[in-house]
Amino acid sequence: MNRKNSNKSRNPNKPTLAFYFLRALACINKKTSMASYNQRSGTIKRAAYASMALAAGPKRAWSRAVLCRVLWWGSSRLHGFPTRRRPRAFFHRRVRVADPKLREPSKADVLRRLVPGAKAMDLSRLLEETAHYIQYLRAQVLLMQNVVGSVSD
Amino acid sequence: MSSRRNRISDEEINELISKLQSLLPESRRRNIGRASASKLLKETCSYIKSLHREVDDLSDRLSDLIATMDSNSPQAEIIRSLLRS
Repeated sequence: MNRKNSNKSRNPNKPTLAFYFLRALACINKKTSMASYNQRSGTIKRAAYASMALAAGPKRAWSRAVLCRVLWWGSSRLHGFPTRRRPRAFFHRRVRVADPKLREPSKADVLRRLVPGAKAMDLSRLLEETAHYIQYLRAQVLLMQNVVGSVSD
Repeated sequence: MSSRRNRISDEEINELISKLQSLLPESRRRNIGRASASKLLKETCSYIKSLHREVDDLSDRLSDLIATMDSNSPQAEIIRSLLRS
């Protein structure tokens, strides 16, 4: 795709987003074996990020990184792999205590850690990915708010 | 960091920074005022973190709601949401 189209593809396609997420929710709803509340909540969260990444398509580094993580997570649970080598704790966000000997990370580095797949990016690409990521994150949050609103009616 | 910057023009960076600033919600934009790159990055980080928290929170609420939902409503809810968006 040439540069002109990249601006158009920026705006999240809301029906596509809704389709992927609601389909995932319907599947989760059918699986009554998922008894534990935490399990279900974690599955919904992963479904949210996965549908966000699917709607964004494979052209973005963040969407590829998110899909890799979700697929890794799913396959390791399916096959009972030991979770020793889990990906960087994206789905279980723990607070990391910074090593006082190291210099405080720059704000760009903090951003690189927050945006998936952005670890080794230069500043301009990082800003571009961040903008795209924020648009999709926001659309996903709005979608989930709508769903919560319509289900609680 | 500065050696990497030489490959990309400052103008391009400024353009990206203003685009990013336009994505932040109104309340945060007011706090930054005229974009200084450092403040903008900080606001962006905290905005992303708050969005992540929102997703976590909404997942919890959806999990609650799904547990109490009967089998007929998912289809209706899907259709309603798709029509709305």
